[in-house]
Amino acid sequence: MDFLSTLSIFVMACFVGYYVVWSVTPALHTPLMAVTNAISSVIIVGALIASSAATGGSELSKWLGLLAVVLASVNIFGGFAVTRRMLAMYKKKDKKPAAPK
Amino acid sequence: MDHVASGTPAWAMLAYLVAGVLFILSLRGLSSPETSQKGNQYGMIGMLIAVVTTLVLHGTGLPLIVGAIAFGGTIGWLIAQKIQMTAMPELVAGFHSLVGMAAVLVGASAYLNPEAFGIVDAAGQILTASRIELGLGVAIGAITFSGSVIAFLKLSGRMGGSPIMLPGRHLLNLAVLASILGLIAYFVFDSQPAVFWTITGLSFAIGFLLIIPIGGADMPVVISMLNSYSGWAAAAMGFTLQNTAMIITGALVGSSGAILSYIMCKAMNRSFISVIAGGFGADAEAGGPKGDGVAKPYKAGSAEDAAFIMKNAESVIIVPGYGMAVSQAQHALREMGDLLKAEGVSVKYAIHPVAGRMPGHMNVLLAESNVPYDEVFELEDINSEFAQADVAFVIGANDVTNPLAKTDKTSPIYGMPVLDVEKAKTVLFIKRSMGGVGYAGVDNPVFYMDNTMMLLADAKKMVETIVKSLGH
Repeated sequence: MDFLSTLSIFVMACFVGYYVVWSVTPALHTPLMAVTNAISSVIIVGALIASSAATGGSELSKWLGLLAVVLASVNIFGGFAVTRRMLAMYKKKDKKPAAPK
Repeated sequence: MDHVASGTPAWAMLAYLVAGVLFILSLRGLSSPETSQKGNQYGMIGMLIAVVTTLVLHGTGLPLIVGAIAFGGTIGWLIAQKIQMTAMPELVAGFHSLVGMAAVLVGASAYLNPEAFGIVDAAGQILTASRIELGLGVAIGAITFSGSVIAFLKLSGRMGGSPIMLPGRHLLNLAVLASILGLIAYFVFDSQPAVFWTITGLSFAIGFLLIIPIGGADMPVVISMLNSYSGWAAAAMGFTLQNTAMIITGALVGSSGAILSYIMCKAMNRSFISVIAGGFGADAEAGGPKGDGVAKPYKAGSAEDAAFIMKNAESVIIVPGYGMAVSQAQHALREMGDLLKAEGVSVKYAIHPVAGRMPGHMNVLLAESNVPYDEVFELEDINSEFAQADVAFVIGANDVTNPLAKTDKTSPIYGMPVLDVEKAKTVLFIKRSMGGVGYAGVDNPVFYMDNTMMLLADAKKMVETIVKSLGH
């Protein structure tokens, strides 16, 4: 992939993000922050590449990567779990199933 | 070198794209509480796909890596189970700092071992574009880290919430920011270690310097802003690795945090720049009529009075604020609401966007105490109802109810949208004492109105006593 196609994906994703986030109900803004926190830990991809690099002179690079894997994992598991816990608390007034609308 | 990023096989590129789309769906799910759990699951599946794909592509030294994931994951999971809902702002700030640090570490390991990341040219030098992306990624990551650490310390009360002002800080901050940008540009021509580590070090410093002068009341903006930064850091790393999942996520999280910051700034009628410049609430003497030293008369009431008034009301609107979170009064409050509803009183909750320390803070606490979310209303949806309400019950909120924001142009909170509690027939205002003023340091005329009854006590104790009086 060249730089321009990467940039196109980025710009499009910014627009998607803009519209998707405005549609989030304000009552769920705290879970939104928790879940964005969890998904931004996709940076673990870079950490995994660094820590599994077979060659290359730097042993330090590998360990830094491994440390990043640990930090990102705290965030991924913590972020998704706490979001789930929060979302489970949001209940409607009645026990009746919500009207599909 | 089959793990050169540009040589990523097609199936893996597709898998990363699918992960990115699942992340979009996870945010989409949050448009309503009914679909939100499903959204969260999409997010988890997306993350699983991204991690497994990477491991299949690059997986060597698996035991160590799986061990690292299990170790970090266990810690994260335990924290998520144990954390109190009132501590959510500092938890989120703490998590932001981890993303920031992870970005710095990934950037550093990419700098130390660029071959593994596939960002070298034929001569073994780091590619020009990658140098800019690396520099930016590390800088944003470091700012996110140190800024979030300060936010965490302030939110968890380990550091005073009041702004700390360094002399000449604007000039200092601008100078540091300019040097970071200058060094990133210079890094393109000279990629020696000193340049890279100076960028990293200065960025840690600026994150610290930027957040330290910002006071507690502005934390909702700060925490949203850091949320945004953590996204941009991930995006910058995504450019380095040419990874679609990271780029899409970075853009999503970046815009999410930016939109939340915008909403918070608007709800305080403050510009983003003025929040970042910091120092709000530091000078309590700024503007507005300050009581001329003479204590103004106010009516104080007891829990029994409050219980009696509300029992005989037709409609009560409850206005919670940060004070409710501090005293953990949400469960007692819900009990009070239930008893009132049993008496045939209509009970609603009115939430100001900046009530609490992060966006949606009050909503989570009310949900935790089992208040149905369809009884909880946003400012613009409920503000017209105060005029018809019998009682406005303010608990732990202050500035967000101050009518001076509508009338007094000299007030520091002028222009901020506020809840019109003063229009209700009776205002019951729980406050610890008459001494303190809100975070903006402005007196609130609602305290001294004829139809206001001040309930001076700890929020939780007061509500519990009201519950007792309602019981019989």
